[in-house]
Amino acid sequence: MKTDIILAGVGGQGILSIAAIIGVAAMDSNLQVKQAEVHGMSQRGGAVQSHMRISDSTIASDLIPLGKADLILSVEPMESLRYLPWLGPEGWLVTNSVPFVNIPDYPALDSIHDEIRHLPRHILIDADAMARDLKSARSSNIIMLGAASPFLNIPYQCLENGIKKIFGKKGEKVVESNISALAAGRQFAEQNK
Amino acid sequence: MQKLVLLGDEAIAQGAIDGGLSGIYAYPGTPSTEITEYVLNSKQARELNIHSEWTANEKTAMEAALGMSYAGKRSMTCMKHVGLNVAADPFMNSAMTGVNGGMLIVAADDPSMHSSQNEQDSRVYGNFALLPVLEPANQQECYDMAYEGLRLSEQFGIPVLIRLTTRLAHSRAVVCRRELIHQRSLSLPQSQNQFILLPAYARNRYKKLLALQPEMTKHAESSKYNEYIDGLDKSLGIVACGIAYNYLLENFENLQCPYPIVKIGQYPLPDELLTRLAQACSTLLVLEDGYPVVEDKLKGYYPQTIIVKGRLDGTLPRDGELNPDVVAVALGNQVRPGIKKPDLVANRPPELCSGCGHRDMFDALNEAMAEFIGNRAFSDIGCYTLGALAPYNSICSCVDMGASITMAKGAADAGLSPSVAVIGDSTFTHSGLTGLLDCVNSQSPVTIIISDNETTGMTGGQDSAAFQKLESMCAGIGVEPEHLHVVIPLKKNHEEMVSLFKQEFAYQGVSVIIARRECIQTLSRRKKAGKAE
Ligand SMILES: Cc1ncc(C[n+]2csc(CCOP(=O)(O)OP(=O)(O)O)c2C)c(N)n1
Repeated sequence: MKTDIILAGVGGQGILSIAAIIGVAAMDSNLQVKQAEVHGMSQRGGAVQSHMRISDSTIASDLIPLGKADLILSVEPMESLRYLPWLGPEGWLVTNSVPFVNIPDYPALDSIHDEIRHLPRHILIDADAMARDLKSARSSNIIMLGAASPFLNIPYQCLENGIKKIFGKKGEKVVESNISALAAGRQFAEQNK
Repeated sequence: MQKLVLLGDEAIAQGAIDGGLSGIYAYPGTPSTEITEYVLNSKQARELNIHSEWTANEKTAMEAALGMSYAGKRSMTCMKHVGLNVAADPFMNSAMTGVNGGMLIVAADDPSMHSSQNEQDSRVYGNFALLPVLEPANQQECYDMAYEGLRLSEQFGIPVLIRLTTRLAHSRAVVCRRELIHQRSLSLPQSQNQFILLPAYARNRYKKLLALQPEMTKHAESSKYNEYIDGLDKSLGIVACGIAYNYLLENFENLQCPYPIVKIGQYPLPDELLTRLAQACSTLLVLEDGYPVVEDKLKGYYPQTIIVKGRLDGTLPRDGELNPDVVAVALGNQVRPGIKKPDLVANRPPELCSGCGHRDMFDALNEAMAEFIGNRAFSDIGCYTLGALAPYNSICSCVDMGASITMAKGAADAGLSPSVAVIGDSTFTHSGLTGLLDCVNSQSPVTIIISDNETTGMTGGQDSAAFQKLESMCAGIGVEPEHLHVVIPLKKNHEEMVSLFKQEFAYQGVSVIIARRECIQTLSRRKKAGKAE
């Protein structure tokens, strides 16, 4: 069993915190993990990605080969498309539909959403609206993690435990609202996949 | 033993801590920054009383590390590859003096220039200085090489260079720790002359260093980091250095490579292992991240009948970091990319944060410079280098730390007017001070803008050595008080800044304008921390 994931977003959007939870959850399930991150220049509002590899056997490369990713998990719709050359023939693309516009030539949002809808296996989710409905505006990344959870090959319980571990220091309330966010994302994916 | 999930950088730090380190000195630089940050934040390091510190630049860091080694304790200095240029003088000469306590030098290279001006390969420096080089292939080797490297340094009596690249520096995996080794106690070198490189002594030290070379090769020959891994298919022999080994294995079912491999993790190169490979296989493929260092060495070393392939003959790209795909092509494997990236996907380059003081400084600078068509400010390395991009397009240079001031001086000497430099506070204390002294001593007509965000922003907000010292330093160097100004880069001060810039452009001597406003990233972190308390 192996799951190769490309996490995508814009510097500052917090994809590494998603990676941290997946990492803890994978270790909890006795899986091996390698995770290549982007630090430095592009963290200043540029395109960032992280290659995350989970497996029950030895992982060689820190980078995922082209056409081999099982999942692209993106917190920004245009960024989700940037990494399509890495997506495998059976792979899923899970992305937030809400754009992060910090460039003058950001393409028309409709055409981005169209490109995503044309993919055979995709989940397009307005995680920001969902987070507002849950009254925890900052949990949209965890909603995205929930939406990706059916494709991670990690027991759902382990993801919940991961959230407890990572957010534990911030108190019961924060943990609870993030666990609800995870569940909401999961439910959306189950209904729309 | 305890297992931890660590970045390659962090694994090096933990390995050195557990290996009996007493002090670490560094100047930040991607992708090396997280090594020192890890030690600075480590509770264990604090309890062990390990001295950890950001220094003014890489040269001062390396010299301090050498001083700690002189005093008998184990030390480490870390830098990005171009930092080793700055520290090249103490680096080359530390090979001549040798060490007392073990000393590790970590250079993190950045092939593909993710966050750098070039992709120079620090193994060349190792070879140049005649020092042993360790090159980890994974996070566990990062840990082990730091842990063992300190003792290897003591065994040979010279510093040891660890070279890694961005990909490993910034990738996480599980690392298994080893037993804590006690720090060494204070003890001076046995020879009084060891560290005095007077010609007469230096000639002796050099002979010693040369005499060590065969021993170093012998050690590399039996090192666990250099391994001959046999394969049945002798049509190709593969030399895989450091992280390239992973990209090689990635290309085979169950990670089983059919070809014989020599895996390299320690230099000087193990001649015997490589010769054995060349005797078994008439075609060799060299996989190495960075420059074709090993390939170049093997080419022409063996009889002409042995073909050596790699970056030099086009089997692999000459530039850029390796990845599983370029290695696949070199092996003759098919690469099957997924769907093409849609044309509508736009580039998203990095940018200055909204609310950043550099933005207001550039807005004012652009207006003041508008009448001098084609003339843009010399600049330097830091967040403010993003002033090169739209919408600012304010600067004409970014070469090496400190070069803005000295290039502006040279251009002023050539007759350019106004000749303007834009430099950050940390870059100024790193390498700008001496250039300013040159300007003052020759009364060069330059306007120097120190864009002071009171931190080392680009690398994540480390303390700046310039903090609260800029005015007194500039005055001390001899900048006249009437031409030393401080402004707050805010929109409401735009007009004030524009007219000040124009006024100083007209002055035919040295002016320094400090545009000071705290980095909004450190400000918001400080506010959050304040709230939490
Ligand atoms: C010799 C060398 N050392 C380190 C670096 C990495 N580096 C680039 S910019 C920078 C920080 C500059 O800080 P500052 O001048 O205060 O500007 P800021 O980023 O805060 O705007 C560092 C450490 C480098 N490029 N070259």
